Amino acid sequence: MDAGSVISILITSLMAMVPIVLTSVGAAWSERAGVVSIGYEGVLLMSAFFGAIFAELAGSAVVGLLGGMLVGILLGMLHGALTVYLKGDHVIPGIGINLLAMGVVPFGILAYWGTAGQHQLPQDAQMWHLQTAYGDLSPMVFVTMAIALVTWWVLFKTPLGLRVRSVGENPEAADALGINVEKYRFWSAVYGHALAGLGGAFMSVDWLGLVHKTMSGGRGFIALANMVFSGWNPLVSLIGGWLFGFFDALAAWLAPKHIIPGQFILMLPYIMTLVIVAGIIGKARPPKADGKPYKRE
Amino acid sequence: MKRSGSELLKSINLRPFVESLIAILVGFIIGAIVLIAFGYNPFEAYYWLFHGALGSTYGIASTLKYATPIMLTALTFAIGTRTGIFNIGAESSFYFGAIAAVIFTNIWDNMVFGLVMGMLFGALWALPPAVLKVYRGVHEVISTIMLNWIGWFFVLWLIIGPYANPNDPNKTIRIPVDARLPEIGYGLSIAIVIAIVAAVLTYFLLWHTTTGFGMRASGMNQKAARYAGMNPKMAVMLSFLIGGLLSGLGGAMKIMGEGPGYAISQGGANIYGFGFDGIGVALVGRNHPLGIILSAIFFGMLRAGTALMQVRAQVPLEIIKVIQGIIVITVAIPSLYDLVKKALRRGAA
Repeated sequence: MDAGSVISILITSLMAMVPIVLTSVGAAWSERAGVVSIGYEGVLLMSAFFGAIFAELAGSAVVGLLGGMLVGILLGMLHGALTVYLKGDHVIPGIGINLLAMGVVPFGILAYWGTAGQHQLPQDAQMWHLQTAYGDLSPMVFVTMAIALVTWWVLFKTPLGLRVRSVGENPEAADALGINVEKYRFWSAVYGHALAGLGGAFMSVDWLGLVHKTMSGGRGFIALANMVFSGWNPLVSLIGGWLFGFFDALAAWLAPKHIIPGQFILMLPYIMTLVIVAGIIGKARPPKADGKPYKRE
Repeated sequence: MKRSGSELLKSINLRPFVESLIAILVGFIIGAIVLIAFGYNPFEAYYWLFHGALGSTYGIASTLKYATPIMLTALTFAIGTRTGIFNIGAESSFYFGAIAAVIFTNIWDNMVFGLVMGMLFGALWALPPAVLKVYRGVHEVISTIMLNWIGWFFVLWLIIGPYANPNDPNKTIRIPVDARLPEIGYGLSIAIVIAIVAAVLTYFLLWHTTTGFGMRASGMNQKAARYAGMNPKMAVMLSFLIGGLLSGLGGAMKIMGEGPGYAISQGGANIYGFGFDGIGVALVGRNHPLGIILSAIFFGMLRAGTALMQVRAQVPLEIIKVIQGIIVITVAIPSLYDLVKKALRRGAA
């Protein structure tokens, strides 16, 4: 392997990092407030699809990214309403959102663009990239780093963050101190899903420039694994997310070389996720009231 | 003491059944809105959907045919939920059941051998998440999803590589004639009967045996399970293994229960997605094996109707997955029954 390939794998890994880190950061915030969701996979897929439509209609990738975020916000509100206000189970709505995405996206690609399974975005709906000799780099890579940093800072260094963590750790005590548990939990779920929405739209309008019916490829779940791996810390999840992005990039680099059958290379990110999670999970400690509905006595 | 008829009727809890019906109704209404938004006529679409599924003996046979695999993958999810775990791994156990059936019936062309090997490999693929859960505390949603992808690529390699049909590059090698499941008629094999028997057996296991009681107890409260004499670790292991076995059976029957020449298609399209659909079936069937029989037939009906809906109303078949997703989200609304009752009362007043 020459230096050029190494740099090019590193650049691709920064791009592959974005959707995973954004989702992990959002999920970490939401779970710190006590709201679990496994629907991020569906959020990524649906915001990739709707983000592309927004970008094409406006002729702007930035509008596409914002549109993807809007989809995330709406799905986060749905999840928040079911889990926080109606005190429902935290896992089942996510299953519903994932199943919905598996229907809406293939249906939508066919009904909206008239092509089966995949659609290529026109140039004006794609994000501007920094061109290097070893591959493209999107400004979203730096935006993602900034979001991870700011989210970490707010969560751990400000009164707002303290209140968010208190409703996920000990809602009874937070309530006694006059904190509106439901309000904090609801908006935390919305923030978590909004970041995943941004990550989904990034995949279609920025990174890949296309919409494909299975393009989320398990990243919503890899992001959850990364969140656990990072100890529910947005800043650490930046490092973990880059690691997962690296295996993604390595698989993409190895695939055309035909050293071993392509299918075994494509397994790599999933095997690494499993190995890493199995290796560290014993030490992981989720927020105490994570996934538990809070009812006032 | 003998209970009177009306008392017996009162003792049956109709609430979950009514809630599922409401969710189905909501699914169809929102599905219609989506259809209108994309410029289709929902009445035409739904007419042909139901006509295709129930309008002929062939339609009913294909409804039951489509109900078979999702009934088994739904049982996998339901056993998991009843023992307190979210087992999303039915999808990949299904792949292993299908490929095991292809491989082993070509070694010994015996139907029972093929089904047993399908169940065995489905259960084997469920072992890693069970072990990771019990001994390393890995959350089963993450492990089963990762193993679904790993299993998918592995089975895809088997399909394209060692077990590709040299005479027909679009498929794997076939199931030998002697190992195929007998046909009842109209393309429907005995697979549906085996699936219903499996659902009834699952019901008896969970509600009428000590092992099943211990499994359900551990799903509700680990301490209570220990008092009931059930090791919670054992309950989780059993839940994964029985679940994998049922989905493996589903995968094997999907390939063995069709006409001559049928095999796994090159891209694996005819074995993909049954595990995910099964989750929806289980939730609408309220994770009860007998509810799942009804719910699987309902979703089988939707799937069977799409052929005619696509041709006559030109609506893409994926719309049924949209409806399915809405139904599952609606089922997730807690105390749906009371909400609807309250709204109806307010409407009447």
